[in-house]
Amino acid sequence: MDFFQDLATTFNFILQGLWVTIGVTLVALSVGFVFGVVMAMLRVYGNAFFRALAAAYSVIVRAVPVVVIIFILFFVIARFVNLSPFWAGSLALGFASGAYQSEIFRGAFQSVPPGQMTAARAIGMSRVQAIQSIILPQAVRLALPAWGNEATLVLKDSTLVFVVGVPEILRRAQQVSARTLEPFIAFGLALLLYLALTLLTTQVLQWLERRYRLQM
Amino acid sequence: MQAFLDLLNNVTPGLLQGTVITLQIAAVSLLLGMAIGLPVGVGRVYGPVWLQRVLGAYVTLFQGTPLLIQLFVVYYGLPDLGLTFGRMEAAFLTLGLNSGAYQAEYLRGALQSVSEGQMTAARAIGMSKWQAIRSIILPQALRLVLPAWSNEVIAMLKNTAVVFVIAVPDLMTQAKNLSSRYFAPIPIYMTVAVFYIILVGAVYLILRQVERRVQIPGLTGDAESAA
Repeated sequence: MDFFQDLATTFNFILQGLWVTIGVTLVALSVGFVFGVVMAMLRVYGNAFFRALAAAYSVIVRAVPVVVIIFILFFVIARFVNLSPFWAGSLALGFASGAYQSEIFRGAFQSVPPGQMTAARAIGMSRVQAIQSIILPQAVRLALPAWGNEATLVLKDSTLVFVVGVPEILRRAQQVSARTLEPFIAFGLALLLYLALTLLTTQVLQWLERRYRLQM
Repeated sequence: MQAFLDLLNNVTPGLLQGTVITLQIAAVSLLLGMAIGLPVGVGRVYGPVWLQRVLGAYVTLFQGTPLLIQLFVVYYGLPDLGLTFGRMEAAFLTLGLNSGAYQAEYLRGALQSVSEGQMTAARAIGMSKWQAIRSIILPQALRLVLPAWSNEVIAMLKNTAVVFVIAVPDLMTQAKNLSSRYFAPIPIYMTVAVFYIILVGAVYLILRQVERRVQIPGLTGDAESAA
């Protein structure tokens, strides 16, 4: 009985990190979404300069481990503004995810038939209008399966903000294990909590995919 | 500028030492992952149902959880159960088990894309199931899996960066120590980023050559579109 009580106490302590993990993931995914869509647009529709810029961002960021990017941006951000580790870590993770998302959206933009742009221009839309109201809504739906994959990757990578001291699931597990001296139980519970989270996320994303699939 | 060059001069030897460790961890873990991934991949396609379930659970566990937490469970958690590993061993084991799950999935995809008729034909000329797998299916699947496997090599190089949390003296640990010694985290981590870019770039170019050489002529798309 005592064992189960201890287990419940440990679990409750770790569980409070769940909201931080979810928060980091949502902020990073949103920041990455903005970076990803903008960079993909520049890559597909921009002039030579912007195309090169977006390509460099994608290639360089994807060649560097996410944790290195978190460290660099954490220190760069800390030099200019006073942000909490939560925000600095989430923004850094989002910046990294943006590079991966830009590849996903680039593929999606390119798979919208080019005739649609011509048609939109022919009925008098500007390029920006055409991208915004014709191409983008389709591209986002086309990107959904790959984007869902990236979402679970960001969920798993969100634990990397541990290294800058954000009290997410792993940090909470480390704190509680220092108190209970039972690291196997603490980290094991953190692992199972993450497993439940990723399995749940996968289910939700599959449902979204089915619901918003595009017939082309 | 001169200050930066002096700093670079001071930190490069340490970072190079770290690079050797990083490459060593990546190589050993990849091989360990292959030793695990090969039988697991084959077992998931051709094994009995109970085995497929067990192996599926292994893959889900390692693909569904963060590498960093896996590392904590292995290095800090398993000693509770009487299994104690050194830092390097813990890094090899965790990255190897993690990579094994991914390599098994890539191989499973490749095995399933070899046409079923080949198994039937092999059985029809009198081969046993395992003979057919070993001499007919697997040699093709291993060539088909190469593009996915190349991605895994690059993912592994980048994944090794998390082992600094257990103070394995890899590139990241060196960077961390050096940046607290010289109070210059930003230029040092930037330099480390360049190190990783060079490593990943070099590995990418080598693997692309290998892919070109061993691709099944006329069957798969060109290596470029696969990568």
